[in-house]
Amino acid sequence: MAAAGMLARALDSDIWHSFRSSPATMAAALTATGMILAAILAPWIAPQNPWDPGALQLIDAFNPPVWSSEGSWQFVLGTDDQGRDMLSAILYGLRVSLTVGVFAVLFAMVVGIAVGLIAGYAGGWAEIVIMRLADVQLTFPTILIALMIDGVTRALLPPDVHARLALFVLVFAIGISNWVQYARTVRASTLVEKSKEYVQAARVIGLHPVLIMLKHVLPNVIGPVLVIATVGLAVAVLTEATLSFLGVGVPPTQPSLGTLIRIGNNFLFSGEWWIVIFPGITLAALVLAVNLLGDWLRDALNPKLR
Amino acid sequence: MIAYVVERLFQSLLVLVTVALVSFAVFQYVGDPVQQMIGQDTSPEDVQRMRANLGLDQPVMLQFARFLGNVVTGNFGVSLRTVKPVGELLAERLPATLELAGMAGLFALVFAIPLGVLTGLRPRHWLSRALMAVSLVGISLPTFLIGILLILLFGVVLKWLPTFGRGDVVQIGFWSTGLLTISGWKSIILPAITLGLFQLTLTMRLVRAEMLEVLRTDYIKFARARGLTNRAVNFGHALKNTLIPVITIMGLQIGGLIAFSIITETVFQWPGMGLLFLQAIQFADIPVMSTYLLLIALFFVGINLAVDLLYYLVDPRLRADRGAPERGL
Repeated sequence: MAAAGMLARALDSDIWHSFRSSPATMAAALTATGMILAAILAPWIAPQNPWDPGALQLIDAFNPPVWSSEGSWQFVLGTDDQGRDMLSAILYGLRVSLTVGVFAVLFAMVVGIAVGLIAGYAGGWAEIVIMRLADVQLTFPTILIALMIDGVTRALLPPDVHARLALFVLVFAIGISNWVQYARTVRASTLVEKSKEYVQAARVIGLHPVLIMLKHVLPNVIGPVLVIATVGLAVAVLTEATLSFLGVGVPPTQPSLGTLIRIGNNFLFSGEWWIVIFPGITLAALVLAVNLLGDWLRDALNPKLR
Repeated sequence: MIAYVVERLFQSLLVLVTVALVSFAVFQYVGDPVQQMIGQDTSPEDVQRMRANLGLDQPVMLQFARFLGNVVTGNFGVSLRTVKPVGELLAERLPATLELAGMAGLFALVFAIPLGVLTGLRPRHWLSRALMAVSLVGISLPTFLIGILLILLFGVVLKWLPTFGRGDVVQIGFWSTGLLTISGWKSIILPAITLGLFQLTLTMRLVRAEMLEVLRTDYIKFARARGLTNRAVNFGHALKNTLIPVITIMGLQIGGLIAFSIITETVFQWPGMGLLFLQAIQFADIPVMSTYLLLIALFFVGINLAVDLLYYLVDPRLRADRGAPERGL
C-alpha cells in the first residue's frame, strides 16, 4: 500500500511531468538504460566471447557487416582483424567503459565529498590548503592530469604489473582528475549548512565532528553532487575512451570502446570502416544520452527555472 | 589596480611553484636515475660517487633549488628515450603545435561569433534550432572520433586532403613553418578543424546564451525605443556587451587547445609537442614528461593572468569594485 502511494506520488511529481514533456529526454533515458542493460547482460546476450582467444578464428577476419554483399548473419556488424565479432566486442567494450566510468565517478565523488566536507566544516589551514590545491588543479584540463598520472604509474610499476592493474590505474587517474568540482560544490553548501541551527544543536549535544559531517551535513549537501555526477559519468567515459585511444588506457586483450576505436583506426585506409565506425557510434550515443539526461536533471531540479 | 595585479601575480607564482615542486618530485624520485645508469658490476662506491655527482646526496631543498636553477637556465635534462637534450626536442616541436593551435583557434572564432549571434537573435528560426542540435552532438563527440570521421570522409572516400604529417615545411631561423607551402596548408586543414570544433561549439553556445541574456536588458529596450536601427542595437550595443565573458572563455580555451592537441596530433601524426609527450608517457620518459608539464603550466598561468588583466581593462565595473572578481569555470 505504501509502495503504491509512493508510486502515485512519484507519477504526479514535477520531475516526472518535466520528464514526460521532453521527448529528447525520454529518448536519452531509453538509450542510456538500454546500453547499461546491454553492458550488464553482455556475457549472456553476446553471440561470442570476444576475450577468449580460443573462440576466434583467423579465417573469419575482416567480415563486412550483414547488409553488405559479403556479410553474413553470423557476424551482424562484421569482424575485426582477428576474427572477433564486432557486436560482441562492442557489448563487452561497453561493459568495460561503463565500469571504469562508474567507478571513476564514485572515486572522484568520495574524494571530493570528503575533502569538501572537511574544507567547509573545519575551515582554517585545511580549507586553505585544499582549496588552493583545487585552484591549481583547475588550471589544467582533466585529460592532461589523467595522462600524467598514468605516465607516472607507468614509470613506477614494472610493465607486467601495470598491465594487470590497468583498470585500477585508469579509475584512479580519471577519479583524481575530477574531484575538484565535487569538493567545491560540497564545500560551498557545507559553509551554508554549518551556520544553521540543526548543526549548532548537534554540536551543543557533543556529537563528534565526523558524525555531524556524515549524518547531518552530508544528506543536505548531496543533491547538487548527484547532478554533477550524472554529467561526470559522460566526462569519465569520454576520458577513458580518449586515454584508451591514445594507447595508455585499457589493454587490447580486454578492449573498451576506446581501445576498439584505436584498433579500428589502423584499418581506416584499407577499407574496413566498420571496425572503427560501430564502436564510435556506440560511444557517441552513450555520451550524448548521458549528457542530455544530465542537462535535463540540472534544469528539472533547479527551482529558479520552473 | 596595482593591488589587483600584484595579487594575481602572486597567485600565478604560487601555481608555478606548486607545479615545479610536483615536476621536481616526479623527476627526482620516479625511476631512480642512478639505477638506470649502473651496470651489473658497478661497485657500491661507484654508485655513491654517481649519487654525489648528480647531487642526490644533498638536502632536498638544495636539490629543489638546483632544479629550479636548471629550469630557469633552460637545462631540462636528457630524454631517456632519444638521449637528446629535452629543451632541444621541445623547441623543435613547438612551432608545429603553436601553428596547429593558432589555426584551430582562428577557425573556431571566425565561425563561432557569427553563428552565435545568428542563433541568439533568431532563437526560433529552423536554422538556429538545427545549429543548436548539431552543436550538442559536436560536444558529445570525442575529439579523436571527429578526427577519424574527417579522415574517413575527406582522406579515404573523397581523397581531397592529406591525412597525416605537416606537408612541406620551410625553415625560418629556429621556426619551421608549414604555412608557406601549399601542401602545408592542405595538411593543416583537417587537424585544425578537428581541434577547433569543440571550441567552436562551446563559443557559439556561449555567445548565443549571452546574446539572449543581453537582449532582455533594459538598455536594449531603451535603445530600440530611441529608434536606433536593428543593426546598431544588435551589433553596437548587444554584441559588444556579450564579448566580455566570451574573451575570458576564449582565452582560457587557448590553453585547452594546446593540451588537447595531444589527441589531434596523435590522430593525424602531427609532429608537435603533444605527440612527443604521448610517446614520453608510453616509454616512461620522465624528463620529457616533467618538462612538458612545466611548459604547459607556464602557458596556462600566463594565459590566465593575461585574461584576468584583459578582463579588468574591458569591464569598467570591475575597476569600481575593489578585490578580485570570482572567476567562473
